[in-house]
Parts: sequence; C-alpha cells; structure tokens
Amino acid sequence: MSVSDQIARLGRWGPGPGPSSGSPGNPVVDVRDLRTHIVTRWGTIKAVDGVSFRVDEGETLGLVGESGSGKSMTCLSLIRLVPRPAARILGGQILLDGDDLLAKTETQMQRIRGRKVAMILQDPMSSLNPVFSIGMQVREAAGMYHALRGKALSERAAALLAAVRIPSPAARLSAFPHQLSGGMRQRVVGAMAIAAPPRLLIADEPTTSLDLTIQAQYLGLLKDLQQQHRLAMIFVTHNLGIVAKICDRVAVMYAGRIVEIGPVRRIFGQPAHPYTRALIESIPRLGARRGRLTAIEGQPPDLADLPPGCSFAPRCPAVMERCRVEEPPALALGADHLARCWLHAPAA
Amino acid sequence: MAAEPAGGAALAVPDVEPRPVRARRSQRLPLFSLGVLGAFVVVALLAPLLGLSNPQEQSLRKRFRPPVWEERGTWEHPLGTDRLGRDMLSRIIWGARVSLAAGVVTVLLASAFGAAVGLVAGYYGGRVDIALMRFTDATMSFPVILLALILAVTVGPSFTNVVVAIAVILWARYARVIRAQVLTLMQLDFIAQSRIAGAGGWRIITRHLFPNTLNTLVVLVTLQIGYVIIVEASLSFLGAGIPPPTPAWGSMISEGREYVTSAWWASFFPGLAILLVVLAFNLIGDWLRDTLDPKLRQL
Repeated sequence: MSVSDQIARLGRWGPGPGPSSGSPGNPVVDVRDLRTHIVTRWGTIKAVDGVSFRVDEGETLGLVGESGSGKSMTCLSLIRLVPRPAARILGGQILLDGDDLLAKTETQMQRIRGRKVAMILQDPMSSLNPVFSIGMQVREAAGMYHALRGKALSERAAALLAAVRIPSPAARLSAFPHQLSGGMRQRVVGAMAIAAPPRLLIADEPTTSLDLTIQAQYLGLLKDLQQQHRLAMIFVTHNLGIVAKICDRVAVMYAGRIVEIGPVRRIFGQPAHPYTRALIESIPRLGARRGRLTAIEGQPPDLADLPPGCSFAPRCPAVMERCRVEEPPALALGADHLARCWLHAPAA
Repeated sequence: MAAEPAGGAALAVPDVEPRPVRARRSQRLPLFSLGVLGAFVVVALLAPLLGLSNPQEQSLRKRFRPPVWEERGTWEHPLGTDRLGRDMLSRIIWGARVSLAAGVVTVLLASAFGAAVGLVAGYYGGRVDIALMRFTDATMSFPVILLALILAVTVGPSFTNVVVAIAVILWARYARVIRAQVLTLMQLDFIAQSRIAGAGGWRIITRHLFPNTLNTLVVLVTLQIGYVIIVEASLSFLGAGIPPPTPAWGSMISEGREYVTSAWWASFFPGLAILLVVLAFNLIGDWLRDTLDPKLRQL
C-alpha cells in the first residue's frame, strides 16, 4: 500500500469530513462517529460512543475488547438490528459502498441484510431452525437472493455447502440440524451467509463455542471464503491469538469507544494504548518463562456512569492528572495507527 | 479368572438376567383410542347408508323400549327407544355427526385465530403484545355457557351459534400458549439469524415461528376437541345448544333425565358415547404430546 493511501486512510478516521468515497483502497464500509445508546432504568448506556472505522475489500478488521465494551452493539448497529425500543442509533454515518445505511427505510434495509451485509452469530446450536432440513434452510437463503427454483436451487444449495467444505453436500441437504455437529452447523450458517455473496461479512465470535481443532479449520475456511469473494470482514473476538492469525487491522474497543486502531503487526509490536498493552500482556504464551499472567486491575467501568476524561483512567497504570479531566482525542501515531491516549499527545 | 486374588471373590457379582428392553410406553400407538374414534367417525359419516331407522321418527306405542339384552328388548331397537319412541342407536349415531362436527369446526376456528394472535403478540412484543394479551385475558374471563345462553335467547339456538359461542372464547387459550412459546423461540439465534439474512416480520412468523409451534398446536387441538364436545353437550343439555329434534348427545341426556329410574338407557348411552369420544381424544392428545416432543424425536 502506498504512502498516499495510508494518508488517505488516516484522514478518514475520527469525526470530521473525510475524502469522498471512491478513493483508492476501495472502502466497503466506512463508519463515521457512530453512536448507539441504550436507555435502561439505571440510566443511559453509551454502548457505542463515537466509533469510526473503515474496512476495505478483502480486508479483515478485528474488533476486540472485553465483554460489554460495545463490540456486538457496533455490529448490530451496522445492520440496524439493535434491540428496540431500548437501544437507539443516535447519530453518525454507516457508508456501505458510499451509501448511508442510517438513511435507509426498514424495507430497504431488509433488502440490504443478507444481500450486502451478512452476519454469523456465536452459537451454532440454535442458529438453525430445528424443524426444517438443512436443504430447506439453505435453499430459502439462496432463493431469497437469486431467482432460482427447483433443481437449480437445490444445486446451488449443494454448491454452497460444498463451498464451506461439508462432505457429501448433496446428501447433507436432507439432514436436520440436530444430526450435525456444532462445527458442521456453523459451516451451514457460513454457507447461508455467503449465499448472496455479500460485500461485508460480520463474524461475531463465530468460533467461541467450537473446540480448538475445529476453530482452526473454521477460521481457515472463513479466510478462504473471504479471499474468494473479496469480502470485507469484521471479526469480533476477545481472543487476540485469532486476531493475530486472521486479521489485517485491529480495533480495540473499551467502554463503547475504539481506543486504538491500526495494522495487526503494529498493534502487537508497538501497542500505544495502555489498555492494548495490558490485553497483549494477558495472553498466555506457550514456552514463555513461568510466572503469573498479568491481569488488568480493576473492573470495566459502569457504562451508565462513565468518569469524566478517559474511561480507562481508573485502571490505567500510566494515568496522569490530565486523563481524569480531559478526554483524549484520537491521535495519529504514524501510518494508519491511531490511539486515544494522552501519553502520545505532543508536548503542549 | 482363576488367577484372581483372594479378595476378588467378594467383588464378584453374580450374573443377572438383563431386563428385556421394551418400547417406551408413550411411543406405542394408542390403538384403543384410535379404534374408538375411527369407529365413531366411520359410522357417523356412513349414517345415511346404514339402514338405521329414522332418528326423528316418533312412535308413542314404542316408548321406552329397553335395550335388546333386557327383558322385552328387541333387535328392532338394539339400544332401546327414548320417551318419544325414537331409536336410541340411530340417534346416537346421528348425534355423533353433530358432536364431532361441532368439536372439529370450533377448535379449528379457535386455534387458527388464537395462534395468529399469539404469533403476532409474541413476535412484535411491546404495545402490540400488551394490547392483544389484555384482550385475551378479557376473553378468557367470559363464561362460554353465559355467552351461548345469550346467543340462544337473542338469536335462537342453532349449530352455528354453538360453534361461534365456543370459538369466540376458546381462542384465548391458544393465543396464550402460542405466545409463550414464541417468546422462548424469539430468544434463539435462528430468529436473529434470519432477520440478519433480510427476512421481514411476515416471513419470520410464517416460516420460522409458526412451524416451530405446530407440535404444541396439534396437541392442544386434540385435547380441546374433547373439551368442546363436552361444552357442546352441556349447552344442548341446557337447551342452549343444538335445537330439537336434531339428535345431539347433550340434549338426549337431558331428555332422559326425568326417567332415569325407570328407563336408564335413555340417558346412559349418550353419556357413554361422550365419555368414549372425549377419552379417546384426550389419550391421543397425550400420545401426540409425547411423540412430538422434539427431544424424543432426536433419537
């Protein structure tokens, strides 16, 4: 990637107008200052609070963070399926191929979901309808996006199952979900997700409930599907090992914000935000010298009652006076790397 | 085995004949119920072809003839005659048409409407749910018999009125049960997944929610047919049901009531018919509930 591309990307991040779409790099999805709040009886939770990122064609963005950091809510906001009426998307822009999804009607969104943006959820045990055969469900998905019928539709369904490497796909069409293992079911979900095929694939912890060997296979499969269809992919996980394996760029979320975003190598090599550093230090490593794993002190903040200033400040080992008062802006730290942390502010 | 240490003998457990594996009770076909019900249905359908005496033909000279096995009984009237000399067997068979038809039609109407309300309330939730469920609660608090009596007094008793009166109240049970099931289904990922795939409300309700409630619906329908037959009989007994001279089991019991000490058969046989049919429906419903259980089906 050329330097000019990187600069162009840089300009995109953070609130404020970026260059118009169609610039080199070809962003499939460009999220700007997205804000989704949840109203509860304990107060308003800023689940997604000013999130901006972009994902290019064929690129994988890893979205990492603790439970409750807003990863899933960000993904649901992208397809406008936040749990109503408690959650509301309050502002920002979600540009899918330059088209703002927040300006669409619900009917228009129904035509975009599945066709343009697909999503794979976490639990393969309940993500298929128990009363219909695999074939009926894959055919339904395929038939929704393409004008296929009868034999052609069945062939397309078998081809989709073959694409997710399900052995003897034509025979599996008549199987019911309970007859398949978790890994197989998750493949079927994958087959339905790429039926269109979409432009953007959101995978919300798709391997969490699979065992380790199956996880590796499934990740390889997702990667291959992505390459084949040039999908932009958002991969939500709290497993940094997976991020290192399949992502091109990483966005680290904390308390509804992206606190650091950058290329994988850069984030793992030179993490800029103390939270990112802490996350990386808490990965158990095989063969590393014995000793206790570093844990992140303290509790995730109460999202309904965030402290002023940086929300990580109460747990931050490098906290300064300024952090408790003033919220850090997104600071550029070189090529395509940004962090919200005062440590990197140029001396005033 | 011979080389076993001395303590081994104490551990040895004598062989015991293993218990033969038997089919699960619940999965055996309820042959008795199916037989009883099948017989009633066939006989009711073929009633005009069976060469029975006219169920409405009166003959005062033949009043209260006893069944064939009693003294004075004749094969001409195997189950005897009622107070107007009408043939009991013929009346019970023609009455089966009324009872079965009332049961089936009422339950189909009620379940279709109730399931629709339950699906919509459970799927949309929020205010739609609250409104529909309060409507359901109000409906359930209204006594069927009172409504039927009002209809009978104002419009006059008829088959249609009986069906309407029962169905208008009965749907509420379906709405409640189906809504409860939809609420659990809504928590499952496949509903979220199909919404993510671009499915709209109508598609999710018809293709995903409804098929998953079918088991419950079938069981409930079967059990409720028996209940409706009893309610219809009660209404006919009270005179708010099927008007005479059409033979209906409830009104037959009612007519025989006064003579029960001298001519027991006039009330007994229609009562027995109700008992057999309702019992058969209930047993089939129980059996369906066990067989359609998705956990058992996974075997």
